[in-house]
Amino acid sequence: MREKVRTRVFFIFGGIFLFFFCYSAIDLPPWGSYRGPYGDVIARVSVYERHATDSVNAINYDYRAFDTLGEEFILFAAVLGVMMLLRRDEDETTRNVGKVEDRHPLSTTVRTTAMPAIALTVVFGFYIGLHGQLTPGGGFQAGVILASVPFLLYVCENTESFRRITSHTTVEAIDALGAGSYALIGLASLVLGMPFLSNFLPLGTTGNVFSSGTIALISACIGFEVTAAFLLVGYAYLEEIITGEIPED
Amino acid sequence: MPNTLHFLPYFVSGWLFFCGLYGLVSSRHLVHSVMCLAVLQSSTYILLLGVGYRVGGAAPIFADIPPGTVTVDPIVQALMLTDVVVEAVVVALLLAMVVKAHEKSGTVSPDELRTLRG
Repeated sequence: MREKVRTRVFFIFGGIFLFFFCYSAIDLPPWGSYRGPYGDVIARVSVYERHATDSVNAINYDYRAFDTLGEEFILFAAVLGVMMLLRRDEDETTRNVGKVEDRHPLSTTVRTTAMPAIALTVVFGFYIGLHGQLTPGGGFQAGVILASVPFLLYVCENTESFRRITSHTTVEAIDALGAGSYALIGLASLVLGMPFLSNFLPLGTTGNVFSSGTIALISACIGFEVTAAFLLVGYAYLEEIITGEIPED
Repeated sequence: MPNTLHFLPYFVSGWLFFCGLYGLVSSRHLVHSVMCLAVLQSSTYILLLGVGYRVGGAAPIFADIPPGTVTVDPIVQALMLTDVVVEAVVVALLLAMVVKAHEKSGTVSPDELRTLRG
């Protein structure tokens, strides 16, 4: 009964919201006629000012770098939260049900398709990460692609390799280093007497992989952090399978 | 009467927001609530990308087009890019909270969650 009332109240106020939303949207500038000056200005100057042909990443890792630093720490804090919530209590007794044994031989089809796929994914991930300042890509995308590699291994049932790759302390260290070095790059520009997170490295030749100064560097840091973050989250959720211990009731 | 296409993206974004909100209100399972929140949040993607779109504008990547070409707004795209990854991890955080809520109270129904005691 309470649920029915709640839904009815929602539809009344939701309908009012939708009506006023549409009423106000009709008078917005028509779709596809973007006229704000900022996007145009940045698209015009980013190639000359920062030697980065991907102006989206020039914004993310340079013009708006301070904001991205904040977003990166949201990511860091959220992963920390996942790990804290899913951690084992010290006094919690666990029952060993045995590690997942890989059944051999694996399906030949899975092995012959998954192994080349893994190699390709690693290469593609590094390519996307290193060319973020030139073409679409960058640290965030590369991190997600690279983090999918251990899961590919896991899918083709090689649990032992997954266990080894997501070895806890190393991944944790990479996560912290990736997040920390971003902030350190910002502090380095302060030491050099420039505003926080300004682009203090030589800009190089436009179109070269080693161009655009700190944009490429920050992108790499973020790549490491996102990779480690997704691995840590995956590990936290799959811990029972990986360690073979389930909590005693 | 303006062309329907002129405000269709705004309407889709409002509709997604409405659907997500309805899911949250009527949710009987915490995992369902988390997914509804993800739907609700995706409405912001459509709204912002819709605001920054320009008919005939190229992608703001100047690797193969001359600088000065008319492009869509790169700023909203930069906003979305970070948000997609952050959203994925925030959903993971919320799901971890659901796991803990189930462990502590034995239920995943928002209505039956009565673990907050003064």
